[in-house]
Amino acid sequence: MAPDRSEDVVIDIHGLTKRFGDKTVVDDVSLDVRRGEIVGFLGPNGSGKTTTIRMICGLLRPDAGSGTCLGLDIRKDANRIKRLVGYMTQRFSYYEDLTIRENLDFVARIYALPDRAAVVKRTLERLGLYGRRDQLAGSLSGGWKQRLALAASVMHQPRLLLLDEPTAGVDPQARREFWDEIHTLAEDGLTVLVSTHYMDEAERCHRIIYIAYGKIVAGGTVEEVIESSGLSTIIVSGRDVGTIAKIVRDRPGVEQVAPFGNDLHVVGPDPAALRAAVDAALAETGSDAVASAGQTNLEDVFIRLMQTAQAGDLPANGRPTATERSP
Amino acid sequence: MSGGFSLSRVLALMVKEFIQMRRDRLTFAMIIGIPIIQLVLFGYAINLDPKRLPTLIVAGDGGPASRAIVAAMEASGYFSVAPGLATEAEANEALIDGSASYVITLPPGFERDLVRGSRPQLLVEADATDPAATSNALGALPQILSSALKRELTGPLAAEASVPSAVDLVIQRRYNPEGITAYNIVPGLLGTILTMTTILMTALALTREIERGTMENLMATPATPFEIMIGKIVPYIGFGLVQVSVILVCAQILFHVPMMGSFVVLLAVTFLFIGCNVTLGYTFSTIARNQMQAMQMTFFWFLPSILLSGFMFPFRGMPEWAQLIGSALPITHYIRSVRGIMLKGSGPADLTGEMWPLAAFWLAAGAIALFRYRRTLD
Ligand SMILES: Nc1ncnc2c1ncn2[C@@H]1O[C@H](COP(=O)(O)OP(=O)(O)OP(=O)(O)O)[C@@H](O)[C@H]1O
Ligand SMILES: [Mg+2]
Repeated sequence: MAPDRSEDVVIDIHGLTKRFGDKTVVDDVSLDVRRGEIVGFLGPNGSGKTTTIRMICGLLRPDAGSGTCLGLDIRKDANRIKRLVGYMTQRFSYYEDLTIRENLDFVARIYALPDRAAVVKRTLERLGLYGRRDQLAGSLSGGWKQRLALAASVMHQPRLLLLDEPTAGVDPQARREFWDEIHTLAEDGLTVLVSTHYMDEAERCHRIIYIAYGKIVAGGTVEEVIESSGLSTIIVSGRDVGTIAKIVRDRPGVEQVAPFGNDLHVVGPDPAALRAAVDAALAETGSDAVASAGQTNLEDVFIRLMQTAQAGDLPANGRPTATERSP
Repeated sequence: MSGGFSLSRVLALMVKEFIQMRRDRLTFAMIIGIPIIQLVLFGYAINLDPKRLPTLIVAGDGGPASRAIVAAMEASGYFSVAPGLATEAEANEALIDGSASYVITLPPGFERDLVRGSRPQLLVEADATDPAATSNALGALPQILSSALKRELTGPLAAEASVPSAVDLVIQRRYNPEGITAYNIVPGLLGTILTMTTILMTALALTREIERGTMENLMATPATPFEIMIGKIVPYIGFGLVQVSVILVCAQILFHVPMMGSFVVLLAVTFLFIGCNVTLGYTFSTIARNQMQAMQMTFFWFLPSILLSGFMFPFRGMPEWAQLIGSALPITHYIRSVRGIMLKGSGPADLTGEMWPLAAFWLAAGAIALFRYRRTLD
């Protein structure tokens, strides 16, 4: 631990709440993010990820709650926070009628970057867009737009990066490069809060936070989240998995059934009941498929979290704390 | 530190705005096209028949004949004669500042000469900067005088009651002696075209960012509301000045409109006026939720601007309440200033009465815009 603790806490918010009309979209959210951490922000569509991120960087006023971002009050110092934060919006929000270079020029001027031309040139080269610098941003493909937006949002060397689904629609190679870069930046002390729907990206984070219906319902490292879900998984492989799926789905002790190619993942909270259900189904169909204990994956956990949150049955210990887990 | 004004940020916004403007071909074409089309349409085609224009009487001596003339002029509907008599100096001043459109001068001994039959002079000076406003009235004047004199002159003189024989009617069209409509139309058009285009352009400034989703990004940058406003309005001031040049050059080529005053003064007034418009447009865009609304607000503003500014109808001929509204519109003061500068050679001293309302309007619009600007996405 660094000696000065306050230097180390980048996001520290408590009880953040946001209502639109009579709908509470973000409900009593508390976050504690440390310097150099990469925190994944996950949750179903409409769960309040974008809204939370917007409150952190001062684009929305919270209805309740308070906190600091980089040591600055999120209510009072929004303008100073904006200088130190890089925010990549979910929807492409650079100028489509400006060329790639003009957009980067704009950003460089807005942040008054010294040596603007060189910074823009370097960014273009790193992006691999130097040859297309005079192309209109609006004519880029979706993935390229994302890459441009990301490059633009780190150009002023922010200390905190808020990324709202930065890799939606980006091809695997570009995604990998993107994550490599995020890790490099984090090693230099950049803190990242990134929302995503991709499980493999969640696994690349130091820590994840899961939000559903505006409430944080789980948090920790991927292993911790999986472990605390208490789910176990049996993988059935062989022929006839389709038939087995139909039968096993309604058995007691089975919560989720999901085919993965020729395999079938059967998930439930109680290992013994789960084993019994699968064995019975195998016997019933007379299939020669093999059932073996498998590793519960994050997706299974999230689907469970989503369903329990829907039922209004929220775990009491759903809030992550930073003291338990550092990167 | 956080509230500081950053030139770099303003520059970023201005450069961006310029590029976007340049790339929007259709708008760019309209900016050049609209003024030329309007200039031709209005300059050649429009004629109006205004009534009840303010008139002053300068008379050496009053008498039954002068009273009859005044009554007949009032009755014709073209003139609204101010009570009492004015001195020559007062009358001249009123013509310059536009508070009188006509001055009727009856020389000393008018009554006596009339009865004697020695054809006294009747001098009518008209502010012809707006020929549409004065030409019909002047055309009707001989008729009006004849009927007035017919009643006054009895006996042997009755036969001579027609204008050419009873009085020597002298008409002076001041400022625009040939009564050319275009001379008046050009200053008016300058005002209306600028009102239309510059307000619209800036009214779309913020709403466009909101509709395209770029506002979220802009808000996430450290740019302050004031910087954003400056960055958004300055390019359009430049743009308005380009338009003014186009209109003036066309006006010169098509209509040979004279330029009595100084270009610098014209430029200064135009700058103030465009400043008012772009800031008003920007204010609209802080209130409107989308581009459609911004456009509607612009048109809503445009109507009184052409109807009540003295462009369509002579300002002094309008009812009191309409004049009041008109006085609150920047275009009213601008049209008056431009007419003054181009046709009468007015200088800064003559125009203070028009400049301060423009400056006040600009400041007020800017203050409202900053107050209305939404700093968050709420
Ligand atoms: N400006 C707004 N006015 C009213 N409701 C809003 C507004 N913005 C968001 N919402 C609502 O708030 C909820 C949360 O939205 P938010 O965009 O934060 O979700 P999200 O987690 O980012 O979803 P996604 O994964 O689809 O991006 C949604 O139900 C949305 O309809
Ligand atoms: Mg979102």
